[in-house]
Amino acid sequence: MASQDITPAGTGSAKVSLLNDPRIRGYIYQLVVLIVLVSLGYWFVNNTIANLQRANLATGFGFLDGRSGFDISSHPFTDYSSDSTYIKALYVGILNTMLVAVVGIITATIIGFIIGVGRLSHNWLIRKLCTVYVEVFRNIPPLLVIFFWYSGVLAVLPQARQSIALPFSFLNNRGFYFAVPVFGQGAWLAGVAFVLAVIGAFLVRRWAYKRQMATGQRFPVLWTSLALIIGLPFLAFALKGFPVTVNYPELGGFNIKGGALVGPEFMSLYLALSFYTASFIAEIVRAGIRGVGKGQSEASHALGLRAGTTTRLVVVPQALRIIIPPLTSQYLNLTKNSSLAVAVGYPDLFAVGGTILNQTGRSIEVVAIFIVIYLSLSVLTSLFMNWFNAKMALVER
Amino acid sequence: MKNFVLKSVLGVSALLLLASAASAGTLEDVKKKGFLQCGVNTGLAGFAAPNDKGEWSGFDVDYCRAVAAAIFGDATKVKFTPLSAKDRLPALQSGEIDVLIRNTTWTLSRDSQGFDFTGVNYYDGQGFMINAKKLSGINSALQLSGASVCVQAGTTTELNLADYFKANKMEYNPVVFEKLEEVNAAYDAGRCDVYTTDQSGLYAIRLTLSAPDDHVVLPEIISKEPLGPVVRQGDSQWAHVIRWVHYALLTAEELGITKANVQELTKSDSPEIKRVLGQEANTKLGVDLGLTNDWVVNIVKAVGNYGEVFESNIGSGSKLKIARGINAQWSKGGLQYAMPIR
Ligand SMILES: N[C@@H](CCC(=O)N[C@@H](CS)C(=O)NCC(=O)O)C(=O)O
Repeated sequence: MASQDITPAGTGSAKVSLLNDPRIRGYIYQLVVLIVLVSLGYWFVNNTIANLQRANLATGFGFLDGRSGFDISSHPFTDYSSDSTYIKALYVGILNTMLVAVVGIITATIIGFIIGVGRLSHNWLIRKLCTVYVEVFRNIPPLLVIFFWYSGVLAVLPQARQSIALPFSFLNNRGFYFAVPVFGQGAWLAGVAFVLAVIGAFLVRRWAYKRQMATGQRFPVLWTSLALIIGLPFLAFALKGFPVTVNYPELGGFNIKGGALVGPEFMSLYLALSFYTASFIAEIVRAGIRGVGKGQSEASHALGLRAGTTTRLVVVPQALRIIIPPLTSQYLNLTKNSSLAVAVGYPDLFAVGGTILNQTGRSIEVVAIFIVIYLSLSVLTSLFMNWFNAKMALVER
Repeated sequence: MKNFVLKSVLGVSALLLLASAASAGTLEDVKKKGFLQCGVNTGLAGFAAPNDKGEWSGFDVDYCRAVAAAIFGDATKVKFTPLSAKDRLPALQSGEIDVLIRNTTWTLSRDSQGFDFTGVNYYDGQGFMINAKKLSGINSALQLSGASVCVQAGTTTELNLADYFKANKMEYNPVVFEKLEEVNAAYDAGRCDVYTTDQSGLYAIRLTLSAPDDHVVLPEIISKEPLGPVVRQGDSQWAHVIRWVHYALLTAEELGITKANVQELTKSDSPEIKRVLGQEANTKLGVDLGLTNDWVVNIVKAVGNYGEVFESNIGSGSKLKIARGINAQWSKGGLQYAMPIR
């Protein structure tokens, strides 16, 4: 039977049923999936509208313009009060989430790299300590780590009236109060000088690199850059007669007054997220360094490069290629884990959004906002890391 | 926190997924299920908390039991769902509970968010509590400028607090938690100078602190907090049942019907008592409500009358020792006023 269907090779597509054509079949499958998805979406939307109506619930995002009516403890980058709108409250929440995520990512990366390299150390004690660190923090749920730091901070630090006085700062169970400079008129010049200095430092680096390529001569880039970045703004300041005063914290009333404050809520969340994520990053770093063939450093030594230079110019660039992709996932995890903030009362996006949901009853809208914002944060992080990864990728010559 | 996500997501997915076929009335559903699912506090002594035997007890809990008794003639046919301030309304909206009896303040915005309040079982007001040992010299809320204030998220408390400090041109630093234990722990650890919530709540919470006698409730009452049972909007039959259970408890107190004498009083000659207890010939008051004619007898047998529920849980018979105050009967100068059962 089957033999009759065989068409000689080369005669082209003859009597094959359309359904058996893999290309057509592919299209049909895709079409079916699309129809199913669209009707599912339609059904969702329809159902939602019907259910909302049945439950007598209003819809739409118009409520976001209303007065929030509640206060938020920490809003370091914006003016916020109970007179602000819900949208402003959300904005404060987003900034707080981003703050703890960015600072946490930086700290976790630093700790992670130190511990990761430490696990490869030749020193037995360092190696073991780093292993213990990784095993402890990797195996405890992050919520527990947050509570650990929070109760720790609250239990160990004294009451406001018995604050520990440190140079220019106070420490008590309300947080860490420290002196901040308040810039007066003319301080903008220093800002401009700083930006110029940074640009200058980049230009010096480029020039030094070109010169070394052409002549083989080295140039002390680091020192020049540092001198530029510190010196130039200082000069600008001096020129304007140091227009700066310091806002010192001091004891008063219930609490410390003045200065800037980092509350125990932020502190515990930040420490917990950093220490927790660092344990995963350490493993990634270790794997990355291990992943660079031994031959690479041997070849480098054979060429006469010193150990430090070998690490910096041969091992690390190759290790980074292995490290960056999984590192991105850790950054995303940290950002998402920051929503555990509610447990200690840090007003991140999730906590503030939850309050708004509760005060307005707009669950669909608020949950949609959560999804969109966490998604955007994640996508932005991924895009940045992909760009960084591409920059670090092997340049074939 | 997990709970809250879960509940909001549940609520949202319920809205997304539930086919729009209108469900039968809640009363029918509850009868079919065989028990009442009642949303209560997670643990506020006197109002709703598990006792040392692990059974739920308290003022709000007795209200749940009274509803079960009215429907089933059996006060044990009730299951309790402990809910934090943030979880409670989504839980009711999603249908996870049949009724919410959890010191919830009746406000206009909650009424128009798809809920119906059926009455006020406790008239309350918001107050402040401080550690008098640490903050000696403070005896008024107006001296609190600059203080850190512990408060629970998702409450009217949070909003009144902001209004009060703003109106009096005072500053404060809110420390907001989602769970009651977290607020309590933070206040106990000295994270805040002040604890604010409904006054009844303050008295209950004070008992759970490590040194209750060190703490005092300041005299100011900064808001009206009429607390009462809540149901989903649009089911008036069910709302009527909950509403009239409350009135039945009040009426029983007015008529002197108690847990001890209710059985005896079913043989009373008083036309009013006869009517209320369903002993009047040809009366169908209870049946018309969707219950049985002896519904009030069942309620009072199970939990007593309003006064008994009050005194045993939060009044003189309890550790809280809250005075009846504005929660006295209207005839005694209070605000509790039952509509006539006739
Ligand atoms: N009546 C206010 C506040 C009620 C409230 O949640 N009070 C707190 C503090 S007393 C409470 O009972 N929490 C218990 C819990 O979360 O389980 C409202 O309805 O918003």
